[in-house]
Amino acid sequence: MTTVAAGLPADKPRRSTGTAAFLRHARYVIGENPVTAFSFGLFGLLVLAAVFGPALVPHDPLASNTARALEPPSAEFWFGTDQLGRDIFSRVVVATRLDMGIALASVVLAFLMGTLAGTAAGFYGGWTERIVSRIVDTIMAFPLFVLAMGIVAALGNTVTNIVLATAIINFPLYARVARAEANIRRNAGYVEAARLAGNSEPRVLLGHVLPNILPLMAVQCSLTMGYAILNAAGLSFIGLGVRPPDAEWGIMVAEGAAFIVSGEWWIALFPGLALMIAVFGFNLMGDGLRDLIDPRRRT
Amino acid sequence: MKRREFLASGAAVAAGGAAIAAGIRPAKAQGRSDVLLTISENHPNSLDIHGVGANRPAYEASWNLYDRLMTFGVKKDANGNDHYDYSALKPELAEEWDLGPNSVTFKLRKDAKFHDGTPVTAKDVKWSFDRAVTVGGFPTFQMKAGSLEKPEQFVVVDDHTFRVDFLRADKLTMPDLAVPVPAVFNSGLAKKNATDADPWAMEWLKNNAAGGGAYKVERWAPGQELIFARFDDWKSGPLPKIRRVVWRQVPSAGNRRALLERGDADISFDLPNKDFAELAAAKSLTVIGTPVENALQYVGLNVTKPPFDNIKVRQAVAYAIPYQQIMDAVMFGRGIPMFGGKGVTDASWPQPAPYVTDINKAKQLMAEAGYPNGLETTLSFDLGLAGVNEPMCVLIQESLAQIGIKTTIAKVPGANWRNELLKKQMPLYTNTFGGWLNFPDYFFFWAYHSQNAVFNTMSYQDKAMDALIDAARFETDKAKYEAAVQGFIKKAWDEVPRIPLYQPYLNVAMQKNITGYRYWFHRQLDYRQLAKA
Amino acid sequence: MLQLIAQRLTAAVPGVLGVIVVTFLLSRALPGDPAAYFAGPAATPQAIEEIRQKLGLDRPMWEQFIDYIGDLVRGDLGNSLTTGQPVMQELVTRLPASAELTLLALVVAVLVAVPLGVLAAVKQGSWIDHLSRVVTTAGVSLPTFFTGLLLVYVFYYKLGWAPPPLGRLDIYFSPPDHVTGFYLIDSLIARDLELFVAALGQLILPASTLAVFALAPLARMTRASMLAVLSSDFIRTAKAGGLRSHTVVVTYAFRNAVLPVVTTLGMVFSFLLGANVLVEKVFSWPGIGSYAIESLIASDYAPVQGFVMTMALLYVFLNLLIDVLYGVIDPRVGIDA
Repeated sequence: MTTVAAGLPADKPRRSTGTAAFLRHARYVIGENPVTAFSFGLFGLLVLAAVFGPALVPHDPLASNTARALEPPSAEFWFGTDQLGRDIFSRVVVATRLDMGIALASVVLAFLMGTLAGTAAGFYGGWTERIVSRIVDTIMAFPLFVLAMGIVAALGNTVTNIVLATAIINFPLYARVARAEANIRRNAGYVEAARLAGNSEPRVLLGHVLPNILPLMAVQCSLTMGYAILNAAGLSFIGLGVRPPDAEWGIMVAEGAAFIVSGEWWIALFPGLALMIAVFGFNLMGDGLRDLIDPRRRT
Repeated sequence: MKRREFLASGAAVAAGGAAIAAGIRPAKAQGRSDVLLTISENHPNSLDIHGVGANRPAYEASWNLYDRLMTFGVKKDANGNDHYDYSALKPELAEEWDLGPNSVTFKLRKDAKFHDGTPVTAKDVKWSFDRAVTVGGFPTFQMKAGSLEKPEQFVVVDDHTFRVDFLRADKLTMPDLAVPVPAVFNSGLAKKNATDADPWAMEWLKNNAAGGGAYKVERWAPGQELIFARFDDWKSGPLPKIRRVVWRQVPSAGNRRALLERGDADISFDLPNKDFAELAAAKSLTVIGTPVENALQYVGLNVTKPPFDNIKVRQAVAYAIPYQQIMDAVMFGRGIPMFGGKGVTDASWPQPAPYVTDINKAKQLMAEAGYPNGLETTLSFDLGLAGVNEPMCVLIQESLAQIGIKTTIAKVPGANWRNELLKKQMPLYTNTFGGWLNFPDYFFFWAYHSQNAVFNTMSYQDKAMDALIDAARFETDKAKYEAAVQGFIKKAWDEVPRIPLYQPYLNVAMQKNITGYRYWFHRQLDYRQLAKA
Repeated sequence: MLQLIAQRLTAAVPGVLGVIVVTFLLSRALPGDPAAYFAGPAATPQAIEEIRQKLGLDRPMWEQFIDYIGDLVRGDLGNSLTTGQPVMQELVTRLPASAELTLLALVVAVLVAVPLGVLAAVKQGSWIDHLSRVVTTAGVSLPTFFTGLLLVYVFYYKLGWAPPPLGRLDIYFSPPDHVTGFYLIDSLIARDLELFVAALGQLILPASTLAVFALAPLARMTRASMLAVLSSDFIRTAKAGGLRSHTVVVTYAFRNAVLPVVTTLGMVFSFLLGANVLVEKVFSWPGIGSYAIESLIASDYAPVQGFVMTMALLYVFLNLLIDVLYGVIDPRVGIDA
């Protein structure tokens, strides 16, 4: 949210950077910043849980067992059981895939829409820029969470629509950054050179401007990933979205909320913690990546 | 607002200044024996029971702000708690009445006054009843249920004598005059605030009360709080003990329980079953659960389309429902089981259906029905009642999977549920239906008759069933009536267009020092009988 | 200055128009049928159709839209089905509740985040710097609905330190006379300290929940801005001139670093005002956020439209305010739309 286009473009075509130099830089940044290393560790853990989780969990996350309902954490049920006797640990682990999937899909969608629209706007200017800016302004003028709620409520209660809604409210962030960056570059030396070499405008845009913007946009992705997870969980919390009996962190917190006061704190706590850790990891990693790719912009 | 007065009790004042560092905890709710704090999930959207779209909490506001001509008596239920008595009509605004074959004549109390001091006259009663049968919607519908349809039926004899002429002999006419709808409005005050476009002052009465009930509105912040003050000049019954009622909306169920348990709130209906079960067991609060008359939670099956047009598939589903698990894990025992019955041997209602969970039998029925490999369908529920519906549907889904029925669960937003019911397209769903008037024939007329009312959500139509229901509705001979009732219950259980699960409770939790709670058919709180020690 | 304001307002018009159109379309696409709601539980399809005609819901969308615009121009936002009240009136009474909560949260956040950011910048790369980054990032990673529930459980239910989560005032108090609509200010105007304390008590938990969320952007901006200023020539000169480092940091550097922080503040405020919908739900806070959520779930068009409109206008207004403030704080900033 604090990313502002600043400074002059120092970028050159990536090739000349050299892989070895980049790795050296990466090692330096990570070495200097233990927090970033930690965040990469967290990220690895999440990916492992998302990929292998369903195969590894000790219990069937969907199987109820009402005889063992509402049991506190124990050696058998590490995070306890919920109202229907389902194992919360297994559900929390399995939910990683769905939550990360929703966040990833929406971020990719926002990334594609935002980068394309933003870059085109910044590069061409004129009407393209005006239209894109108006769309961005309109979305920004909405209270974003309520807009997402509205979209999901209106289009129907499905995972696809959660992804869509989250992508739409993230769109302005991408479009803005992309527009600013493309704008700076549209008359940069290497772009002029590409033009003089006889490339058409779309070719210049796609072949020379866009590749230079992509790393920045990738940073933006990891920064908004956390926000996307929170947003999707918030939607489930108020009952929109994921269908039962699928496990999803937000809906698990919502279900557990009613049990906190009666002392069954584990139902809401563990999915809540998982949610927190995932978002935390992404936010730290986003910062770290930014340091890595774009040291000028360190904050 | 007299906040000073409010704060008169020493504890509250003492709590104020010093406590900021440690957090502020002014006097607890019990600190004041004549102030009642009630909390609920929803708040009234109107003070006028005749208003368009008035919600359930609005019935409570109206019930306490307005008087009716008559009210119902009281009896003890099976657990020794107070329960309204449908069979005994008692005086409220009317001191006495003379019931004839073609009309009833009421003698009004001479000393009764409205909140603004004007005396209550027969003219006010007529204006109010005329309004109820004229404005359309729910009030008109409800009046009609008692054959009260036209303004000409309501006659002012003199200032304190009022007559209702009957259109036909109807056993529901007299009780229908004691339900919340025929409330008596201060017609002078209402007319002052009426306009040409709005002759019945619908707009004004939505936000203002013109009643003579035991309580008057002291302050109303819609969606937040409604404060009632006792009307000390109330004559239609013994003066209530509670001087002031503060009704706050608290949307989070967890917070409602916390407030009750910590003694910061006095009474609430709106808690999850589990909380009621635990609070009842802990005995720190009084918890009363009264079976809701003539109401059933059920699983409905759309009988007009495959696969549920096949009676064997319906029976298979009925044998695959995990009844006891639902009672234990979802209801926490706060309901009366409506399964495992021993056959229809009497005309009592509601009574359990003969089904139990028997997966083998269900599988066998599926095979006989021609679905040995199962089928796929959608199981829908009302998201507005997700606390009960969602875990229930997950259990049902899991159990149906065992007999090869693969279900996708559809969460229908509360606002859209009624629409979906109206469309009658959902193949499989869970829902509650309760008949207002406590007769089995009334229940079946709405839920199983081929008139195909909204409540016949399964679109079940059967000539023999209609004949039995119609026979019971107009039968005066007890034996014949009971035979017809047994007949239609048996048919409903055999063909199972809807699978009964349980009869729900109306639960209420209150502080130990609160007495006098009474179950009412409208399922809202009557402040007049409550007392706080 | 006036020219700047006029320019900004004109530029905001298309955005606001866009909001109106999108909200209208979205709200019509919501499931649920107001006609069915009005018709009551026992209605027949015919009765519902009649009511639909009466409400004008059977007419083409564009006609309904024109009506809606006409009402908007007259300042009529329609009636809420769930509370039965005019939306305009509800928003006016509820907005101060949300604004008071958000502003207090912002004050708390600034008090924590700005010193943290300054410290992190001065001791760049030290453990304080890392700690500040971890703490603020953790704050922005918390799902507000979860933090809120946890705080209520611990501080109200378990410890009993906080007052019951019953909205803006405990039941034994009545709101102060309406002046600003902010209970904290109105109670002081009424010289009622008890009431002030009571209102503040109710605010502490929800405001903290929100404040935690606002720490990260503020602390980061402060740190970045301070770093930029600290490495500038005039600071080096001041240091070289032998001024005490405290004086340099506070007097010279911080004053110059404050500008971007103010911008962020504006952004964070409008973001928080939208983000507090879930916090309001958890704390029974009678603000516009909880109003919007409940209406949306009930498919109650009018309040949702009203809420979105209000937020869009606030957003425009805030951005304008920031621009103007910018000009006041730093006269070098030109008028540049």
